[in-house]
Amino acid sequence: MIGAITLLLVFQLLGEVISRGLALPIPGPVIGIALLFIALTVRGGPSADLRKTAQAMLQHLSLLFIPAGTGVMLHFQRMSDEWLPLLISLVASTLITIAVTALVLRFLSRHRDLPQDTP
Amino acid sequence: MTPRISEIWVYLAASPLLGLTLTLLAYQGATWVHKRCHGHPLANPVLLAVAALVALLSLTDTPYSTYFDGAQFVHFLLGPATVALAIPLYAQIERLVRLALPLLVALVVGSLTAALSAVAIGSLFGASRATLLSLAPKSATTPIAMGIAERLGGLPSLTAVLVIITGIVGAIGGRYVYRALHIEDDAQRGFAMGIAAHGIGTARAFQENEQMGAFAALAMGLNGLMTALLLPVVIPWFLGR
Repeated sequence: MIGAITLLLVFQLLGEVISRGLALPIPGPVIGIALLFIALTVRGGPSADLRKTAQAMLQHLSLLFIPAGTGVMLHFQRMSDEWLPLLISLVASTLITIAVTALVLRFLSRHRDLPQDTP
Repeated sequence: MTPRISEIWVYLAASPLLGLTLTLLAYQGATWVHKRCHGHPLANPVLLAVAALVALLSLTDTPYSTYFDGAQFVHFLLGPATVALAIPLYAQIERLVRLALPLLVALVVGSLTAALSAVAIGSLFGASRATLLSLAPKSATTPIAMGIAERLGGLPSLTAVLVIITGIVGAIGGRYVYRALHIEDDAQRGFAMGIAAHGIGTARAFQENEQMGAFAALAMGLNGLMTALLLPVVIPWFLGR
């Protein structure tokens, strides 16, 4: 597990260095995903340890958003001043985006995709 | 009696232990409720935990910065967890290659829809300019969205909150959209969820199954990229300078 976490941090660090070094608008961890993905392709897949650690971390992904989400308390004033446009915009825009993206993808992948294999 | 309690409080308020423990306890409690509600999306763990923490901090008059001194250790793990998304993504490599073109088109359309519909609806209902600029990157993952908001002239810390609310809305509302439009494929469901609702939508998708989670993770990463590339150009044009 420690080996896997070390590996993830190394790839995040590489991503961070590239992002800052080249002044890219993309954050380090996202570049880290791309680098690790390439490494996995070259190596032919993750080790059992890395797969298990990643699975354990991603199962609790919700936990990691709680500290930033609690920051809502810093913005009560603005949010109560502008609650109506914020509420309508966030809800409508998010649901519209889900609908539009799913419909476009379904329309374009009609002939391209095999029927989904269910385990 | 009372002086001792206040002494303990002085110690706890200064140590990261309390913020960290409270975050984990809130998460445990929220997950318990989520399970008791049979995983119903309305019982979203992030929403429940944040609500409990905000109530507790407000009642005890604890400033957010004191709480965050402890909670930052959890917040930090977002970085390595984001990198870990490469692993479920790799497991879907065959399907990714087959669907490359449809995914790319859905990405561009979805990314623009997410930003422009939010700004258009917000401005229709009279949101201020600073709020609109903070709202535009709401579907991108938190660190990207904050960076873009700063560049556009919005308020990064407000953006962080709007991003989280967006994620919760998507995680809760997704299944109703899928039901209404008869979207049954896990790749389509996951990808749309990742575009609209970033990491929180991805967390929700992983609760459904691995394939939906992998496509959500892919969409989240790509949408972060696309939002960072498009918004600095599109938003000033859309809103006028």
